[in-house]
Amino acid sequence: MFKAFLIKYAEIGIKGKNRYLFENALRDQIKFALKAVDGEFYVSKEQGRIYIEALSDYDYEETVEALQRVFGVAAICPVVIIEDTAWDNLVQKVGDFVENLYPTRNFTFKVEAKRGDKQYPIKSPEICIEMGAALLDRFPEMKVDVREPQVRINVEVRHKAYVYSKIIEGPGGMPVGTNGKAMLLLSGGIDSPVAGYMIAKRGVQIDAMYFHAPPYTSERAKQKVVDLAKLVARYSGPINLHVVNFTDIQLYIYEKCPHDELTIIMRRYMMRIAQSVAKETNCLGLITGESIGQVASQTMQSLAATNAVCDIPVYRPVIGFDKQDIVDIAEKINTYETSILPFEDCCTIFVAKHPVTKPNVGVIERSERNLEEKIDELVKVALDTMETIEIK
Amino acid sequence: MDTQGREAYLDNAATTRAFDSVRDIMMQTLDVDYGNPSSMHAKGVNAEKYITNAKTIIAKSLKVDAKEIVFTSGGTESNNMALIGTALANNRTGKHIITTNIEHASVHNPLIFLEDCGYEVTYLPVDQNGKLRLDKLEAALRDDTILVSVMYVNNEVGAIEEIEKISQIIKEKNANTLFHVDAIQAYGKFKIYPKRMGIDLLSVSGHKIHGPKGIGFLYIRDKVKIKPIIYGGEQQKGMRSGTENVPGIAGLGKAVEEIYTDHEKKIDHLYELKQYFIEEVTKIEGVTVNAIAVPSIRETAPHVVSVSFANVRSEVLLHSLEDKGVYVSSGSACSSNHPGLSGTLRAIGVKKELLDSTIRFSFSVQTTKEELDYALTQINEILPILRRYTRH
Repeated sequence: MFKAFLIKYAEIGIKGKNRYLFENALRDQIKFALKAVDGEFYVSKEQGRIYIEALSDYDYEETVEALQRVFGVAAICPVVIIEDTAWDNLVQKVGDFVENLYPTRNFTFKVEAKRGDKQYPIKSPEICIEMGAALLDRFPEMKVDVREPQVRINVEVRHKAYVYSKIIEGPGGMPVGTNGKAMLLLSGGIDSPVAGYMIAKRGVQIDAMYFHAPPYTSERAKQKVVDLAKLVARYSGPINLHVVNFTDIQLYIYEKCPHDELTIIMRRYMMRIAQSVAKETNCLGLITGESIGQVASQTMQSLAATNAVCDIPVYRPVIGFDKQDIVDIAEKINTYETSILPFEDCCTIFVAKHPVTKPNVGVIERSERNLEEKIDELVKVALDTMETIEIK
Repeated sequence: MDTQGREAYLDNAATTRAFDSVRDIMMQTLDVDYGNPSSMHAKGVNAEKYITNAKTIIAKSLKVDAKEIVFTSGGTESNNMALIGTALANNRTGKHIITTNIEHASVHNPLIFLEDCGYEVTYLPVDQNGKLRLDKLEAALRDDTILVSVMYVNNEVGAIEEIEKISQIIKEKNANTLFHVDAIQAYGKFKIYPKRMGIDLLSVSGHKIHGPKGIGFLYIRDKVKIKPIIYGGEQQKGMRSGTENVPGIAGLGKAVEEIYTDHEKKIDHLYELKQYFIEEVTKIEGVTVNAIAVPSIRETAPHVVSVSFANVRSEVLLHSLEDKGVYVSSGSACSSNHPGLSGTLRAIGVKKELLDSTIRFSFSVQTTKEELDYALTQINEILPILRRYTRH
């Protein structure tokens, strides 16, 4: 029935002179999302909105689901196209549209018309009135309410006529790519994919970094992170996933530093490495899934200690979220089931029984001085051997 | 992965490499003789011949009648059919079933299902060598005991159960009680004659004996009361509906033929490997081999060695060995997908701190002494490194 979709966007509308950048980004993201859908589409940007026209048979459900993952989309309106705009035909077809879409029609409605084709003999206000009257004739159970109708029937007449009334909610946010790029520290847990999703929703392109520690973490643990990155990429678009071999650094820290400080020092080195790659790849910040007080390394003091090594902003979108709030989002974006697969990540292998919960930056820095001999070389090797996986 | 390109596949209790003859006959059934054995034309008849041949070979190996063999999708299905099928068919006689507490999940979990259906299951303990306590069996048998299910060889530690003695005890107490033997780790290692040993049902899997995956069989003694658990087109006399897996069946037949050719020599080779491996591995500090406190190594399975390495986590050792091309299992390959620790190791009284430090090495007729030497060298190199870094 529906041959096209009208995409409405919200926040883009207020971006002034940069508006076209946002619209282009949204168009590109929509094109990217539709690549995964069975069917061919033509996506165009016209008169302040985006139209998607199906050029072939396509899977309606799959298309709507794909569009519901494109940030920047406020609403998706499935559209029926009427080729012949002659008035009698238009009246007939709009009536059919209502009949097909609404099996029971005891609702209030209003016709809203737009005349894109200024040659069309009937002006917009008249289209509204005449079409409303024609619909009332055909469906006496419907009632007109021009102030707060339950159903708005939109009729746009151009070289063809476009009719829609159903409005499907989009994810909101802003098109990815309109707000720069940031580096997500992606573990195998529940929180970091959610953090990546949330920042991507604000239009930020995502790259990701995973710290691999073979033989302490397995190939399957790495595969799990690749799988999580793929799930996030369904929303964020392509991700460059950097896999850093962290084993030697971790073992060196284990040898040289007090064991109750291991996690903090390890995390400081993760931040340092992520930051250095971020700077090289034009990322404007780091993203973590940290949430205050969730574990020993996420107390205010611990966060301060890890934050101290960063000179670019660290975005922590779930910082004030309870675990359940994060789980709810993870379930919504379908990462939860993958996140809870039982593979060890490198943060848990050497965890001390009683890690420090209130680390003092000065004390930590003193411990790190024990690493001076070899750590720079180890970090360099880790960076040189870094593997980058393109997630599409 | 490993620098010298060397490999030692020591995970043959998980699965084995198929014999070349197995691959060849399977190709033949895929390429040329691809008919459906139920078809009435020549192609069907040709396909059926593979089944008849395989059945004859298998029946001969067990000294049973060919009509007592039912092909299944593998060991798991054989065990399910034996347990659920006999429980359903004999529930008027009684609802009591006896088993051990070291059974494989494919026996344990169908029994849990039967408990949910109102059956009563007694789980008997084993001694430190994994052998069923015969006195406990005698005490547990009742008039309403319809079935006893005991594994021939334990998959995790290689203990052998005293099948003939167990059968005698059962039949003396109650001649109608059925005796099912899970022989998935035993068939191909021993000559098993169900009729002489008093076995009513015997489960076998193809891929543990160099046959293909997805095929196995259940021996069902003539006149045993059992119901099918899969219904459909009445293939295999209705006992197991579904178009026969001709490639699998043909491959299994070949595997059985080859494994039982020069059988004693093959088994001597395995025991030599086992003896040598135990001698060498116990030279390493902090190493114990489980379930071998028996008068002769011949009282244990020829292909399984369960080794506990103090102060090393099995998963980490496994991945370190994997990096060198040495493939092993932690505890049991099947249970290592689950976070819970091995049931058998616990049941035979392995110390708590060693439960998560136990590796299973398992050999096949294709295993060489050179492979063992290579693996032992790697273990000797890796262990001291891993022991330097332990969790506190």
